[in-house]
Amino acid sequence: MSDPVITVSDLTLAYDRKPAVHHVNGSFGKGSLTAIVGPNGAGKSTLLKSIVGLIAPSEGRIDRHGLKRLDLAYLPQQAEIDRSFPITVADTVALGLWRDTGIFGGVSAAGRRRVVEALASVGLHGFAQNPVGNLSAGQFQRVLFARLLVQDAALILLDEPFAAIDERTTADLMGVVARWHGEGRTVVAVLHDTEDVRAHFPQTLLMARELIGWGPTSEVLTDGNLRRARALAQYWNEGHSHAAHGRAA
Amino acid sequence: MNLYAHLIQPFADYGFMRRALVACLALAFGSGPIGTFLVLRRMSLMGDAMSHAILPGAAIGFLVAGLSLWAMSAGGLVVGLAVALLAGVISRTTALREDASLAGFYLISLAAGVLIVSTRGSNIDLLHVLFGSILSVDNEALLLVASISTLSLVTLALIYRPLVAECFDPGFLRAIAGRGSLYHVIFLALVVVNLVAGFQSLGTLMAVGLMMLPAAAARFWAIEVWSLAAVSIAVAFLSGWAGLLLSYNFDMPSGPAIILTAGVFYALSILAGRHGSLRARYFPGAHFHSAPEKTS
Repeated sequence: MSDPVITVSDLTLAYDRKPAVHHVNGSFGKGSLTAIVGPNGAGKSTLLKSIVGLIAPSEGRIDRHGLKRLDLAYLPQQAEIDRSFPITVADTVALGLWRDTGIFGGVSAAGRRRVVEALASVGLHGFAQNPVGNLSAGQFQRVLFARLLVQDAALILLDEPFAAIDERTTADLMGVVARWHGEGRTVVAVLHDTEDVRAHFPQTLLMARELIGWGPTSEVLTDGNLRRARALAQYWNEGHSHAAHGRAA
Repeated sequence: MNLYAHLIQPFADYGFMRRALVACLALAFGSGPIGTFLVLRRMSLMGDAMSHAILPGAAIGFLVAGLSLWAMSAGGLVVGLAVALLAGVISRTTALREDASLAGFYLISLAAGVLIVSTRGSNIDLLHVLFGSILSVDNEALLLVASISTLSLVTLALIYRPLVAECFDPGFLRAIAGRGSLYHVIFLALVVVNLVAGFQSLGTLMAVGLMMLPAAAARFWAIEVWSLAAVSIAVAFLSGWAGLLLSYNFDMPSGPAIILTAGVFYALSILAGRHGSLRARYFPGAHFHSAPEKTS
C-alpha cells in the first residue's frame, strides 16, 4: 500500500453525546479512492466529519500526516446547506478560492477564470450569475463539485455526493471523481449504492459503528460482510451498548 | 410649498428634529445590515430576545449614575453580551436548545430590569428606558450611535466572507477555516452593540423594531445580501423620517410612530413586494415579471 494520508488509531466518536463509531483502526493510502459504506446509522458521516476535523475523537486519534486544513476539500450533505440563502453560483464556487483569498482578500482575475472553467467542466456554463435557490438538486450538486475543483485539494472528502440526484448528474460527477483519482488525489466518499461502489471504487471501508472490513472492494463487499453489517446495525438500533456487544462477542 | 412645510420644514426649524433624523440615519446604517443577517440566519426572534436582555444592564447603569448615557450603554452592553454567551454555553452543555435558553434568560432579564428601575426611579424613568426618547437625543448620544454604526459596518465588511459562509454552508466554513463559532460570537456582539445604540432613542423594547422590520420587508424586494442590506437601510431611514413627521404633525410618541411606519412598509412589502409576496405569487403578471420564489 502507498504512503498513508490519514491514519486512524482506535478511533471512537460520539455524536450529540451518543457513541456513534467504535475503535476504528486503519489508513487511507495516498491517491486511493475509497467508499465508506454501511447501513443507516452506521456512523459513516460521523467518521468522515472527524477526518475533516468537525468532530473531535472521544478516544483514539487521527493522524493527518502533515496535511493542512486547506489541503483538504469537504463536500457536506446537501441537507446541511441553506439553499435559500441569496448567493449566486459564481460566488458559491469562489468560496473554494479560500486558499488564495483568505478571509479578507478579493477574487483575482485568475481566480474568476478558474471559477468559470470549473463551472464549464461540471456542465454549468452560463449559470454563473444564477441564484443557487433557482437550481435543481442535481445542478446544485454540480455547483458544489465546481467548488471542490477550485479548491484543488490533495484530499477530497464527499458526504453522500450522489444522494437524491438524477442518473445523468451522478454519471457526470462520477467522471469528475475518476478524474481526481487519475490526478493522484486521495478521494473518500460516503455512499449508499453498493453497485456504484463495485463499479467505480477500488477500496471500500464497510462499517456498522465498528469496522467490518477495509480493503479492496471485492474482498470487503462480500455477502457475509454485508449480512454482518445489517445484523450489527439492527443490534445497535435496538438500543444495545458497545460494552454489551463486547461482552456478547 | 405645503409639501415643504409638512415634509422638510420641521427639520429645518428645530434642532431636536434634525438630531432625531440624523440618529435615525445612523441607526439605519447599523441596524439594517445586522437585521438582514439575522433574517438570513433564521434568528429573527434572537434580536427581540437580546433587546430584552439589555434591560437589566441599562437599569444597573441607571441605578449607579442616573440617566447617564455612558453608564446605561456600558451596562446594557455587558449584560447583553453575557446573556448571549451564557445562552450559547447552556445550549452546548445541556439538553436545552439555544432558542429556549435565550427565552429563559431574556424573560429573567426583563423582569430584573423593570424591578431594578422601579426600586429607585419613577415610572417616567422606567418609560424612558423601555421606550426611549428620540426627540431628546443630544450630540453626545448622536456621537455614540454614529460610532457604533461605523464600527458595525467596518466589522461586517471584515468578517463578510466567513459570515456568509457560516450562514450558507457552516460545514464548509468549519472545514476550511475551523472557527465558525468565532464569527457567530462576533456577529452576536454586533447585534448587542446595535441594540445598545438604538435603546437611547427608541428604548430597549423598540430598538429591535428598526432592526427586524426593514430587514424582513427587504426580503420581498431584493435577492442578494448587499441589496437586502441596502433596502433595509433605506426602509429603516424612511421609517425614521416619516415616523418623526407623524409624531411632529399629529403629536404622537415618536418611537412607536417610527416602528409603526416600518410596520406599514413591511405590510406593503408582504402584499406587493417583488419576490415571494402575495402579489408575486398569486398575480405574477401584474406589474413585474418575476418567478414565484421561496422565501424564508
